[in-house]
Amino acid sequence: MILPILKDTLGWVDDRFPATKMWKEHLSEYYAPKNFNFWYFFGSLALLILVNQIVTGIWLTMSYKPNAAEAFASVEFIMRGVDWGWLIRYMHSTGASAFFIVIYLHMFRGLIYGSYQKPRELIWIFGMFIYLALMAEAFMGYLLPWGQMSYWGAQVIISLFGTVPFIGEELGTWIRGDFVISDATLNRFFAFHVIALPIVLLGLVVAHIIALHEVGSNNPDGVDIKKLKDDKGIPLDGIPFHPYYSVKDIVGVGVFLFFFALILFFFPELGGWFLEKDNFVPANPLVTPEHIVPLWYFTPFYAILRAVPPLFSSQFPGVLAMGMSIVMLFLLPWLDRSKVRSIRYRGMMYKIPLAIFVISFIALGWLGTQPATEVFTNFARVFSVLYFAFFILMPWYTSIDKTKPVPERVTTK
Amino acid sequence: MSTDGVDKSKRRFLTNATVVVGAVGTAFVAVPFIKSWNPSERAKAAGAPVEVDISKLQPGQILRVLWRKQPVWIVRRTDQNIADLKALEGELEDPASIVKEQQPDYITGTARSIKEEYFVAVGICTHLGCAPTYRPEVGPADLGADWKGGFFCPCHGSKFDLSGRVYAGVPAPLNLKIPDHVYINDSTLLIGLNKVPV
Repeated sequence: MILPILKDTLGWVDDRFPATKMWKEHLSEYYAPKNFNFWYFFGSLALLILVNQIVTGIWLTMSYKPNAAEAFASVEFIMRGVDWGWLIRYMHSTGASAFFIVIYLHMFRGLIYGSYQKPRELIWIFGMFIYLALMAEAFMGYLLPWGQMSYWGAQVIISLFGTVPFIGEELGTWIRGDFVISDATLNRFFAFHVIALPIVLLGLVVAHIIALHEVGSNNPDGVDIKKLKDDKGIPLDGIPFHPYYSVKDIVGVGVFLFFFALILFFFPELGGWFLEKDNFVPANPLVTPEHIVPLWYFTPFYAILRAVPPLFSSQFPGVLAMGMSIVMLFLLPWLDRSKVRSIRYRGMMYKIPLAIFVISFIALGWLGTQPATEVFTNFARVFSVLYFAFFILMPWYTSIDKTKPVPERVTTK
Repeated sequence: MSTDGVDKSKRRFLTNATVVVGAVGTAFVAVPFIKSWNPSERAKAAGAPVEVDISKLQPGQILRVLWRKQPVWIVRRTDQNIADLKALEGELEDPASIVKEQQPDYITGTARSIKEEYFVAVGICTHLGCAPTYRPEVGPADLGADWKGGFFCPCHGSKFDLSGRVYAGVPAPLNLKIPDHVYINDSTLLIGLNKVPV
C-alpha cells in the first residue's frame, strides 16, 4: 500500500533533484576496496563527532552568554541550572578532545598507507585545511568559558601574532579589538566559533569527500583497485560502501561510543587533560596561572614554539618554526618519492624515520605540558629537530628505500 | 548564436574591465569589514590615565593597578635593591635600555625610573604576554642563589631584574615596558601621561 506511494514520491523527486543518483554514487554504488582494516574507522567517526559538536553546540548557545561579565557564570549555570545542561556541555568538551584523537589516528592512517600520494594529494590538502579549521575552532571555543586558562591561553596565542616583525603590535590589537583580551575579543571569537568556522568546516568536509569519491579510496595495500574491473566495470576488489562498510562502521561507532560514554560520565575532566583545573577559576587579567598549558592536542606545536630561542630580540623565529611544523604536513604528497604507497611494501628506510617521527610527536606533546626547564627545553629541541628531519629528509630516504613488490590485487590477512 | 565576425579583443577588454571594476568594488567593501575589528571608541576611551595613591606602599611591596585593562606595577624598592641593580649588568640582555620602544625618553639609567625608589612597569611579559610574578626574595631555591629579586614569568621561565630588565638567554627578548607616568605630588602617581594635566 504505502510502498508504491513512496516510490512515486521518490520518482517525482528524482525528476527534479538527483537523490537516487547521489545515493548510488556515494553509498550503494561507491566501490571501496574490500580489505579495509581497523584504521579505516576514523573517517566516519570524525563525521559522527562533527555532528555531535554541531548539535551540542547549538544547544549550548541557547544558554551561553558571550559577554565577559556573564560568560563564566553562564557556563556554570549550564552545568547546574539547565536541565541536562551538564551532559550537553560535557558531550561538547569531551567531543572536542575525541575529535582530535580521531583526527590524529585518521592522519596516521594516511601516513602509513600513503593515502596522500598521487592521485589523492587534494584529499590530503582538504584534510589538512579541515585540521587547521579544527584547531582554530578549538582555540576560539576554549576562550568562551572565560576561565583563567581560557584567558591566558588566548593571551599567549594572540601574542604570537604580536611577534610578527613591524606590524605585530597593531596586528595583535586588531585581532583582539582591544589592547588586551576583552569583551570585544570574546564576542568575535564566539562569532567565529559558532558561525564562521563551522560553515568553513562543513564546506571542507564536503570537498574532502567529493575528492575522495572522485578518485576512490586507498587501502592498506596501496593497490589501485580500479585497474582490474569485471565486465560491468566494477573493481574486482571493490565492494559497495553501503551496506558493507556502513555496517562495519556502525560496529566502530558502537565501540567508540562505549569509550566516549565512559569518559563522559565518569572522567569528563580526565584529570585535567580534557578540561584544565585552572579553567574553573574566572578570568583575571592581573594574575597569570602558575603554569599555562594549552590543551593536549596543541602541545606538540607549543613545545616546538618554546624550543626555539629568540633571535635578534624577537620571538618570531619560534612562531615561524611552529607554523612551519604544520606547513610540512601540507607538503607531504610532494616530499614522498617512494614508488609504493603502503608501509607493508616499504623498507626500513621508511619504517625507522616514521617510528622516530611518531615518538617525537608524542614526546613533544608531553613536553608541551611540562614547565619549560632547561632539561625539558633541550629535549624539546632534539625532538623538534627530529620532527623536521622526518619531512626535510623524506625525499632522500624514500627514494633510496628498498621497497618490496606490490601485488596486483589486495590481500586479506 | 553566430560567432562570425565577433571582435574577440573587445570582448576580452569588456571582461577584463568588469573583473577590475568588480575587484576594486570588493576591495572598497572589504575596508569597513576589516576596520570594524579595530578597538572601538569605548575601548579607546578606557585608555584614560589612572591616578594611584602610593603613600601606603612600604619598601619591598608591590602595587598592581589596571590601566587600559593592562596590569601596571608600582614597586617600592629598598636601598639594597637599588644597589644590587648595577651588579647584575653582566647577566642582562639590554642593561642600558637601548631599545627605545620599551620606555619613554625620560626613563634612563639602571633604575629605569623617575624616582629611584619607585619602579613602574606594565606587568606583561615581553615574550608572550603572561603576567610575571613578583619575586623580591634573595636566592630562593627555584631561581638560584644569585637571584637578587626581580620578576619571574611562570609561563616560559623568563626572568627580569627589579628594573624590569630582561636576563640574557631567557625566552623574553625585551625589557619590560614602562608606561608614561608622572608624580602629581609625593604620594600620588598618574599613569598614562607624561605631565600633569592643567
